Amino acid sequence: MSDFVNGFWNMYVMVLVALSLVYCLFVLMSNRTEKKVGGVQLHGNVWDENIQEWNNPLPGWWMGLFWLTVLFGIAYLAMYPGFGSFKGAFGWTSLGQYEDEMKKAAEKYDPIFNKFLTQDIKVVAADPEAKAMGERLFQTYCSQCHGSDAKGAKGFPNLTDSDWLYGGEPEQIETTIKGGRQGMMPPFAHLGADTIKDAANYVRSLSGMAADSTRAQRGKEVFMANCSPCHGQDAKGNTAIGAPNLSDSTWLYGSSEGTVTETITMGRQNRMPAFQEFLGDAKIHLLAAYIYGKSAGAAPKAETK
Amino acid sequence: MSGSKHEIIESNLPLMIILTILAVSVGGLVEIVPLFFQHSTTKPIEGVKPYEPLRLVGRDIYVREGCYNCHSQMIRPFRAETERYGHYSVAGESVYDHPFQWGSKRTGPDLARVGGRYSDQWHRIHLLNPRDVVPESNMPAYSWLDRPAKVDDIEKKMAALNAVTFKVDGKPPYSEDDIKNARAQVEGKTELEAVIAYLQGLGTALKNVR
Repeated sequence: MSDFVNGFWNMYVMVLVALSLVYCLFVLMSNRTEKKVGGVQLHGNVWDENIQEWNNPLPGWWMGLFWLTVLFGIAYLAMYPGFGSFKGAFGWTSLGQYEDEMKKAAEKYDPIFNKFLTQDIKVVAADPEAKAMGERLFQTYCSQCHGSDAKGAKGFPNLTDSDWLYGGEPEQIETTIKGGRQGMMPPFAHLGADTIKDAANYVRSLSGMAADSTRAQRGKEVFMANCSPCHGQDAKGNTAIGAPNLSDSTWLYGSSEGTVTETITMGRQNRMPAFQEFLGDAKIHLLAAYIYGKSAGAAPKAETK
Repeated sequence: MSGSKHEIIESNLPLMIILTILAVSVGGLVEIVPLFFQHSTTKPIEGVKPYEPLRLVGRDIYVREGCYNCHSQMIRPFRAETERYGHYSVAGESVYDHPFQWGSKRTGPDLARVGGRYSDQWHRIHLLNPRDVVPESNMPAYSWLDRPAKVDDIEKKMAALNAVTFKVDGKPPYSEDDIKNARAQVEGKTELEAVIAYLQGLGTALKNVR
């Protein structure tokens, strides 16, 4: 509350609050009418010729509650912030309460996180406790894109198979989570629709799918000239730049001729955000281990333990 | 039976109205008015800038579609919230929000720091049909957003915000040049692009602070 633009507002709040309290007390005191003996007391006002109001004192229980409310207000303002810039006897702030909560949580959870942080990711991946923690973390921070089963969606990689855009070694997974990734395939619309169709047929033929062989043959030249710098002469991709392997049966955006044509024509762009600042080393270590354990290569290892 | 003090008020209607208004206004006078004279509620924190025209258009679509009915933009200072969403919200982040979008109910997650959390591509898919990326989602599909945004009133919007926003260092949020150049920045954009631009800027000032 110390950030009022000037001292007036501090006084303004204090004076208004104090006046309100004094006024409440005044009203209470001035209404301490005792029940008068002898007959019914009338209020004095007459409506509709003969309707009048009783003028009984307020019920005792009601007056008592009102007194309590006023006393509570005074006690509250003495203990908690509210009376102008006065911080209250307890010195309570919502920020202080939050920091306290965070400190307690750190004392409780940091040792667990740090225990895993010092272990190798492959060891962590085999630990059932770490796996349970990783699962929770994954559901909170990763499932929105990669799916709650980690199997991904169109444009969002499946993390449970052994096919990796940027490499599936534990350190590579950790790097991906920390720094994020920017997937960028440029559009090749300038090649013309027919040439793109040739290339699409060649790409499909690489993984043994139905393709027009004449087009595929022509497409091979197109591929070597335009696509091989990133995807490689053998079309096996390049994990250094996240160029997918085009000769396997895993497809990020779909394998139909239409989709492949669209990919070549429009290009593809997607981004995995960086989580280093938000999640910190310990959580990322657990997540990397969880994802490593999920992928096909590590699963059998984890089971034999 | 005259003589009781309350009779004076109860038999004088204008007086009673005035006193009633006085009584109920005390709360507002003490709790609301001073907020207009505090630094933390009137000055943007470092990194918070007025909405660029495209984000402004997106923000109005956000309001139009009633996103605030299910999504709050207010991370409370509790560990359970900051662990999931990031740094708690502070007043200085909302100085350019008229009306603010804090919301009061979360059917969906809080969006105060959704900026940068997902890719543009994700937002595109998710807004058009949330189930394409989050099969469990119960958010409605906003499939009509892929259409040109209405931008012919952008100058008026910016002028209106200039009128209601606190001046920072004596300057309104938008200069005359800002308003003059606004049209060019939003012309031809789709509603989808505008909403995504708005979402991607949410809460980024304190994004990497823990």
